[in-house]
Amino acid sequence: MKSIENHIQAHADALNLRAKRNEILASNIANSATPNFKARDIDFSKALQARMDVGPVSVSNDRHFKVYTGTGDEGAQFRQSVNASQDGNTVELHVEQMQFSENVMRYQTSLEFLNRKFSGLMSAIKGE
Amino acid sequence: MSDIKNIFDIASRGMSAQMVRLNTVASNLANARSVASSDAEAYKAVKAVFKTVYADDVQKTGISSVDVDEIIEVDRPAEKSYQPGHPKADKDGFIYTAAVNVDEELVEMLEASRQYENNVEMVTTLRGLMMRTINMGK
Repeated sequence: MKSIENHIQAHADALNLRAKRNEILASNIANSATPNFKARDIDFSKALQARMDVGPVSVSNDRHFKVYTGTGDEGAQFRQSVNASQDGNTVELHVEQMQFSENVMRYQTSLEFLNRKFSGLMSAIKGE
Repeated sequence: MSDIKNIFDIASRGMSAQMVRLNTVASNLANARSVASSDAEAYKAVKAVFKTVYADDVQKTGISSVDVDEIIEVDRPAEKSYQPGHPKADKDGFIYTAAVNVDEELVEMLEASRQYENNVEMVTTLRGLMMRTINMGK
């Protein structure tokens, strides 16, 4: 079972992070008219690294637990706006929409990879 | 109010807030040319003020939605004009027309409805993703 888990782990983590990033981007879009709201985002590659990182505690045996060293919140940071707005809101709708559609596309890509892996596993199991 | 747990909470709150904003625009436009006998009685334009509601107290996750904080009356004097024959004219012959700027309201309406649509679009997209995720591995 461990090997199957390892087989799909990276894509599963990526999918989780993409889903989380979607929620953050959705929050930004929902707050596009709120005075003084600061747009948030996560650094995807850093967050994914944190999820997959086993940290300073090395794992030498299969029965050791991997220690997750990420902060847990994946560190949502603040976005720098290109054009400052009068009411202190840093959401720029076009930026958010582009990020959102890119994120959705990448989510679908991860999903597709997972699907392919599953069908690969299925055909290996069936041996056809 | 319930907690913000997922995309549906975020979008539904956002849509309610935009709906309140659209309602204020509707009230303002409906009262745009209404007339009163004094400045105090005249209709004043109302505006919704938004505030962010966070999913967590420490604002760590970056997940948040929006609520209407308050509805304020715009501090703008009513338009005073001299029409002695008007049934609502005061003793000096002046009437007071509501302080509503129609152009401003129309822009506000466009913006609010666009943002409402954005929320709908967001939910539609993510719902599609969720359906595909449910069907994963089939």
